[in-house]
Amino acid sequence: MYLYDQYDQAMVDARVEEFRDQAQRRLDGRITEEQFRPLRLMNGLYLQLHAYMLRVAIPYGTLNSRQMHMLADIADKYDRGYGHFTTRQNIQYNWMKLEETADLLADLASVEMHAIQTSGNCIRNISSDHFAGAAADELVDPRPYAELLRQWSSFHPEFSFLPRKFKIAVIASDTDRAAMKLHDIGIQIVQNDAGELGAAFYVGGGMGRTPMIAPLIREFVPLDQLITYSEACLRVYNRYGRRDNKYKARIKILVHELGKEEYTRQVEEEFQHLLDEGIEPPLAELERLRPYFADPDFADGPKTIDRSDPDFALWVERNTHRHKRDSYVSAVISLKPVGGIPGDATSEQMHVMADLAKEYSFDEMRVMHTQNIVLPHVRIADLHALWTKLEAAELGAPNLDTIEDIIACPGLDYCSLANARSIPLAQRISTRFAEKGKTEELGQLKLKISGCINACGHHHAGHIGILGVDKKGTENYQLLLGGSEAEDTALAKITGRGFDEDGVIAAIETVTDLYIDKREEGERFLDTYRRIGMDPFKEALYD
Amino acid sequence: MTKGTDMGTSPDEVQFRFRDDEVADHAAVTVDAFLDQSNATAVRIEPGDDARALLPFLDRLQLVEVNFPAYTDGRGYSAARVLREAGYESEMRAVGDVLVDQIGFMRRCGFDAFAPDAPIDQADAEAAFARWPDVYQSTTDARKPIWDLRHE
Repeated sequence: MYLYDQYDQAMVDARVEEFRDQAQRRLDGRITEEQFRPLRLMNGLYLQLHAYMLRVAIPYGTLNSRQMHMLADIADKYDRGYGHFTTRQNIQYNWMKLEETADLLADLASVEMHAIQTSGNCIRNISSDHFAGAAADELVDPRPYAELLRQWSSFHPEFSFLPRKFKIAVIASDTDRAAMKLHDIGIQIVQNDAGELGAAFYVGGGMGRTPMIAPLIREFVPLDQLITYSEACLRVYNRYGRRDNKYKARIKILVHELGKEEYTRQVEEEFQHLLDEGIEPPLAELERLRPYFADPDFADGPKTIDRSDPDFALWVERNTHRHKRDSYVSAVISLKPVGGIPGDATSEQMHVMADLAKEYSFDEMRVMHTQNIVLPHVRIADLHALWTKLEAAELGAPNLDTIEDIIACPGLDYCSLANARSIPLAQRISTRFAEKGKTEELGQLKLKISGCINACGHHHAGHIGILGVDKKGTENYQLLLGGSEAEDTALAKITGRGFDEDGVIAAIETVTDLYIDKREEGERFLDTYRRIGMDPFKEALYD
Repeated sequence: MTKGTDMGTSPDEVQFRFRDDEVADHAAVTVDAFLDQSNATAVRIEPGDDARALLPFLDRLQLVEVNFPAYTDGRGYSAARVLREAGYESEMRAVGDVLVDQIGFMRRCGFDAFAPDAPIDQADAEAAFARWPDVYQSTTDARKPIWDLRHE
């Protein structure tokens, strides 16, 4: 994985000192909360319902054991002994004190981490495929490109006060594990007929209150023009994105209102102009970055393992992913224990995950956008030992991609924007389906819960989505069906009128029962929904 | 850094200036008014203006003011860079809601004079201008980005 050189370290250290100065000015009363707001937001610090929340960037979700140990230590030292892994492959701490934040950032900087641009109307942390460098189906590792974009977007002088936040994802396989087309810019590294690598640009996707799937605006940007093209996309947005209404300020609205063709024309014009400016990094920089993501020293070994223990067999079946080397797999550590808070991990669990990564996965982990942790390179021969240790730490839930593997935003328990609670609902749903023994029968079923229309819980992209709304002062939940964040990206549709908390759980049972009744051989919930449409589900729910 | 005390259109307001030349002695007019006048030499760009409309007239421009009615509106950064990229070399002045935490970014986008609505503490400003030991991007200032320094 990438390691800072003296330049990267100096930038992060400078940022810590800048924030220390800014926080001191606030604490001294030299600036108002209103003036402090944009400064803390550029540093991932939100004022939430009960306290400050700090979001720490984990670039493209990759981290090593030293970093994970530090995240655990920070949870103990500055928070209440736990952290929350997010859908943007980051981690959040919920109980921060302003007086201590600069020290926390200095601790982070000591392990090459930061909270730069994890909030604010700027280019956010770059996300990527959580199986990068391990998946059997990838063209190349997408992370060198994500790292190049990380550096380019850090403290970008022109694009730090955009109309709205800006999220970029980079993948390099046809299977999309990063919800790429639901980002402001989605980049897929592709190969042209001449065998050269380049980038396909999808621009203007997003969730929020107006979900949109990003259209393809250019099939192939040569690698030595990647930054210049990105800059052109951003400049057109910075100049012409709407600023009159924050709900219409994302780039998806600009692309939609201008039309894909006109937006593309403007980008191409700006791109031609910027090519003459010579702003592109030298290709040597990509060459410098690639070796950091080179394969670790893989060894040959057994390709199978004894699965006579049914619990172990289920975990292997559910939580491992095919690796490009047939003696390895990627193993997913579920942060979705039945009845637990999705994405939360205690400091003890973080230490365990760090130790296991060091022992079994070449000292590397990934945060998934589904709020789980991946050990990317595990020898098949080591799987039983790994699983045994995970079980002991209550990290062995065998439920990847099942109805228990719920994405949920922090909701009204923490968030000042939320209309409804997400976490207790997720806890009740996973408990209900686990107790009834229906999880396994339902197979792959992606359930996603947002506590408000901002859609941090990706409800638009759930096979089943739940949106919490405020209905005359009480929490109400709308049910959505048929979304997908994968390469077959689709936006879920609302079934009809909403439900109270008990009602929406019953509604999920109703639609999943209908699926079991109607499904054909091999169909997932999403497949059955696509085949039979919304009407039978509506009838079952409302008639 | 020069302390601006007697300068041009808003002499009392220019707090920092990174130029040695004489300050333009003309009031800045709106972009629309500028385009209607054959003799204006100073213009004030508002966030909604297209800076590229000025490109045919760069030779006679002696002062461009870019107004930031609110620090959150970042269109002025693009306006400044667009003009610098097109070869504009005279004074580019940031005016309005110009805060200490933005002036470093503004400097990198080609601003060389600053007239903030609320004066900025001198020491804070000096620290802000000198904040970054190096930079990641190539822009219109002369700084070599880190990726060039790595491959010299």
